[in-house]
Amino acid sequence: MSTRSVVPFGPQHPVLPEPIHLDLVLEDELVVEAIPSIGFIHRGLEKLVEKKDFGEFVYVAERICGICSFMHGMGYCEAVERTMKIEIPNRAKYLRTIWSEMSRIHSHLLWLGLLADAFGFESLFMESWRMREKILDMFEYSTGGRVIFSVNKIGGQRKDMSNDMIMDFVGILDGMEKEIKALSNTFLLDYAVKSRLDGVGILTKQQAHDLGAVGPFMRASGIHLDTRNLGYGAYSELSFEPITSDVGDSYARTDVRIREIYQSIDLIRQAAQKIPDGEFAVPVKGFPSGEYMMRVEQPRGEAIYYVKANGTKNLDRMRVRTPTFANIPGLVETLKGCQLADVPILILTIDPCISCTER
Amino acid sequence: MRHMSMINFTKTALKNFFSKPATRPYPAVPRLYPERTRGSIGIDIDACIFCGICSKKCPTGTITVSRDTKTWQIRPFGCIQCGECVSVCPKKCLTMQQNYTIPNAKKTEVSFTQAQKPTEPLSAEKNPETKV
Amino acid sequence: MIDTDISIISAGEIMTGALKMKTSGFRLVQICAVRTADGYELTYSFGREYEIKHLRVQLGTDEEIASISDIFSPAFLYENEISDLFGAKIKMINLDYHGNLYRLHSETPFKN
Repeated sequence: MSTRSVVPFGPQHPVLPEPIHLDLVLEDELVVEAIPSIGFIHRGLEKLVEKKDFGEFVYVAERICGICSFMHGMGYCEAVERTMKIEIPNRAKYLRTIWSEMSRIHSHLLWLGLLADAFGFESLFMESWRMREKILDMFEYSTGGRVIFSVNKIGGQRKDMSNDMIMDFVGILDGMEKEIKALSNTFLLDYAVKSRLDGVGILTKQQAHDLGAVGPFMRASGIHLDTRNLGYGAYSELSFEPITSDVGDSYARTDVRIREIYQSIDLIRQAAQKIPDGEFAVPVKGFPSGEYMMRVEQPRGEAIYYVKANGTKNLDRMRVRTPTFANIPGLVETLKGCQLADVPILILTIDPCISCTER
Repeated sequence: MRHMSMINFTKTALKNFFSKPATRPYPAVPRLYPERTRGSIGIDIDACIFCGICSKKCPTGTITVSRDTKTWQIRPFGCIQCGECVSVCPKKCLTMQQNYTIPNAKKTEVSFTQAQKPTEPLSAEKNPETKV
Repeated sequence: MIDTDISIISAGEIMTGALKMKTSGFRLVQICAVRTADGYELTYSFGREYEIKHLRVQLGTDEEIASISDIFSPAFLYENEISDLFGAKIKMINLDYHGNLYRLHSETPFKN
């Protein structure tokens, strides 16, 4: 009869980007069960709707998370704009799409670096982040900030990117594509990396559906869904297919995210060709009333922004359902039956963004 | 196949070993910010009319405007560099500067006071060269 | 996207409503709570492929509602968050944190 022991994992751990706590029930190095525990970064941002008016709340919404910052601001603005029945100009939709896709590239490169750090490959971690610096420089050049951009507002965008600037960015991304190819060869073909990722943490298609997994975590298990197909922003005019894999292990999730980087570079190229001229914001009058639930595809999965307004300058309720919140039950399921040394890798394959989870 | 895939990264590692670092040797080499960088707020105090719109629009409430003493104050460590004050100023006297606030041990407050405009001189002294 | 497909049901009917969704192939997307003048308004959202449907329950401040975590196991996170922040009485959650999901300074901050 082997003995069971309970080992606490986190909240402080060298491999975690943000604190999360798991109580692992172990039977001689094999994980039998895991009990998640969150709540270390709860800041109560949703309660600030009572104090800030709906226009100022954009600045709070984009500070929910540092990595997914642009899309939080965009999702909030889209939700309020649809409540107020404002139609933003086409150029603003294309600008939002371009910035969103750049956000997705930088988030996936950050994740690749963290994954390499988790299995000890520091040089690969530094290579990924060196490439990410080019995207951050592009953000600083166009919006003024590297992490928090403050370009979204209700009714459009606060700054414009000239067409020359966009073509410069496409040129830089073309150069980056070759370097990312060299990087992805190491991730996908290197023997040492493959032995840590292959066959580890399998999630079947039925389990992914029942447990409510979203994003690349779900698509690597074979479910063919991508919220960008709903057609918000300029996505209805761009052509792309959701990227899936059938295997469902950590190697498949890495593969899906790397292919999504290439897809994002291609989407930016398409958007740069098709972006129309015109204004980039419309004036806003009046207060929002009614409710709306907006769904946006963040780099980590589908995020839902629920806004309820009552006709005054403060909203009644603003609720963000972030993708990591939906992926935690899936994480607990993949941990069953894995070795203790695989636990950090599996936590990282859901791409945890705990500051989003617990706004 | 095993050996092939290990040589993949060895090539990159050797290239990085013999090339110069990707980071710049700050602070020996000063940082040049792009034009749109949102660093800190500056004001041209002589153009300010002390209407107080920037103070009302600031999301964090770090700007204080006093019309009686003609003072404009900001707490730079409370500023989130959003740029709302710059966009709404009717006289366009606020600018978003590129350099960030210098780190400090205490949270300071910066204030600007508009100098008293000199009173109009008497007409005899205005054109001294015509004085006989 | 929310003006269609909201069905208003009572607190007692939530289990049958959730079971009907599960057998039609839907999965749980989110549970959202809003504080109203005389209680809470819980919105359960279920999704299948790209469509989404909602069940809405108007709950009194002291009224109890059963948890759907037996039917949809990921519901425990949402229901613990609602009972922590709003103080809504949700019974029989399969993994109940008893108010310790978030470490809060005051008891149910969103209730007031």
